[in-house]
Amino acid sequence: MSIIGIIRIAFKSLARNKTRTFLTMLGIIIGVAAVITMLAIGQGAKKIVEDQISSMGTNVLMVTVNFTRSTTNVRQAAGSGTLLELDDVFAIRSQVEGALYASPVYNSFAQLKFESQNWRTGIMGVDTDYFYIRNMNTEKGELFYDSDVENGTKVCVIGKTVADNLFGDIDPVGQIIRIRNIPFTVKGVMESKGQNVMGGDQDDSVWAPYTTVYARLLGRRWRNMMIVVSAVSKDRIPEVQQDILELLQNRHRGTTSEEFLVRSQTDIAETASKVSDTMTILLASIAGISLLVGGIGIMNIMLVSVTERIKEIGIRMAVGAGKRDVLLQFIIEAVAISILGGFIGILLGFGASAIVGNAMDWSIAVTPFSVLISVGFSMAIGIFFGWYPASKAANLNLIDALRYE
Amino acid sequence: MSDLLIRTENLVKTYQMGEIQVHALRGVSLEINKGEFVAIMGASGSGKTTLMNLLGCLDLPTSGEYYINNIGIHEITPTELTKIRNQMIGYVFQNFYLLPRTTALENVELPLLYRNKMSHHQRIRKAIEALTTVNIANRAKHFPNQLSGGQQQRVAIARAIVNDPMFLLADEPTGNLDTRTSLEVMTIFQKLHKEGKTILLVTHENDIARYAQRLITFRDGRIISDVPNKNPQNAEYDLAHLPKLPGDEE
Ligand SMILES: Nc1ncnc2c1ncn2[C@@H]1O[C@H](COP(=O)(O)OP(=O)(O)O)[C@@H](O)[C@H]1O
Ligand SMILES: [Mg+2]
Repeated sequence: MSIIGIIRIAFKSLARNKTRTFLTMLGIIIGVAAVITMLAIGQGAKKIVEDQISSMGTNVLMVTVNFTRSTTNVRQAAGSGTLLELDDVFAIRSQVEGALYASPVYNSFAQLKFESQNWRTGIMGVDTDYFYIRNMNTEKGELFYDSDVENGTKVCVIGKTVADNLFGDIDPVGQIIRIRNIPFTVKGVMESKGQNVMGGDQDDSVWAPYTTVYARLLGRRWRNMMIVVSAVSKDRIPEVQQDILELLQNRHRGTTSEEFLVRSQTDIAETASKVSDTMTILLASIAGISLLVGGIGIMNIMLVSVTERIKEIGIRMAVGAGKRDVLLQFIIEAVAISILGGFIGILLGFGASAIVGNAMDWSIAVTPFSVLISVGFSMAIGIFFGWYPASKAANLNLIDALRYE
Repeated sequence: MSDLLIRTENLVKTYQMGEIQVHALRGVSLEINKGEFVAIMGASGSGKTTLMNLLGCLDLPTSGEYYINNIGIHEITPTELTKIRNQMIGYVFQNFYLLPRTTALENVELPLLYRNKMSHHQRIRKAIEALTTVNIANRAKHFPNQLSGGQQQRVAIARAIVNDPMFLLADEPTGNLDTRTSLEVMTIFQKLHKEGKTILLVTHENDIARYAQRLITFRDGRIISDVPNKNPQNAEYDLAHLPKLPGDEE
């Protein structure tokens, strides 16, 4: 008989038992909705990561000690291993041809105070180059000068979050805040940069001359630092990376090239998007498992349904249904359940994605790819898990099936 | 051209029940012509149902030959067998075997669904026609559980004739029915016979067998007698005069 006819029979069977059909579908609905939502969340996270990385600035290189590499981790933490020095910054500036700007970055954490307001945040000791490298500018007031760095002046610029929390409606420019009880004059408030790669607030930060930070906040203790460098142009990045590595190796006797990391923005972007891809895959696999469970549910119910309908199958065969007709009928029933369930799941997934997107304030996008994947997957599940019960039905012996009570 | 419709040659059916062999049919040779109305009689367990299943192509013999219209059923493919079940044979069961939660009309439509090239409209028309023939068209939209036994059996007969088969097989079609409904069903069989259908009907009730034209009796998987019924009764007449009939003998 024709496929259309069998499809008609399959749908009639499903319609005859709506509750069972819906319950069977439920597993697939939830599975598909979960896959869609998880993929959407993953994609959303990835997009945010990408946006943030491009907001880091152009042609940026980050020079750090490779802590992950060696077993000397503990030694380094104790201060006896290889660490970057201020002189490395000057050497990069003067000796690496393709390096346009270079700035040390000292990271610290401190309590800030303005009048009765308190705020705890990160303090970055940087050179004026830093603002060029990161392509940052003030929204109010101005940046500090080279002379501030030279003289170790107690000045700083603050991020928007810090300004909001310490000053509220007051104009911060020209005010004096206390960082670890040391008075600093606020020279400016930076333009907002939003969240960073890890979801941290980039506006929740204070930038001060590295000399001041080093002398006043770090107590002149020799601390590990990071160096940020910008290359003159994008295509010279690999060359600059290589030159910096060689320079550092020469300057620090007895080190190997593996002891330092010079990461470009693309390196970081790749790592970050690899991380978010991994996260997406992880989320989707967990959701995929629920889809699989849904499929097993279909098989389960279909098996029960075959047993329940042995007599029906016998009757159908007695009036002229062939093995193929019965096989197709049951497979189509399974596929119809999974596709219909998949369809409802997609709608639900769209809804759930929108809700999650709203709640987290992410631009969460359901991609055609994820819809395609779920539809294909649920169809495959229907065929895969429908096959066994269907072939069981088709291979029933006619007389035995008819006599079955 | 002969009128020969069915011919069996030494049909044997042996069931294997673990260690024991059950000899359900021990060599049945039979010829049935087009247009005959045959009643097959015999005690319970004598092999009547087994023979009907073989004749209905629901099962295959252990040995022996079976021809419908000179087609050797024992030597054709399963696909062809399916087609023969669908288009050449109409089967009526003792327990009706209607699909539950399926209307009378849809039940009758069922054999047509497994046939190619028939529009939905055509199918409905043929199904209604068959229901009309057995006088139950007014129950077309009813489900089996909303119908009496006699009505269900009539729907089952409609399903058996809807594909215009070459012959009808009925295995104790009145076995589950009371006298009156049995007579109604027999009236329908006689009517179909009059319209030219070949009918084989299994029964162990003499009262029912009286309406056929030929009586075959089984014992222990063999035919022990095969005689014409010189004086077949008229079921319609008996139905009209039911009070005068003796009550249930069983
Ligand atoms: N599927 C089967 N398996 C084993 N034995 C069977 C089977 N079907 C019928 N028989 C046996 O075959 C014999 C004939 O049965 P059957 O044809 O049903 O007789 P009838 O219809 O005349 O009562 C009986 O002894 C019965 O028990
Ligand atoms: Mg029987």
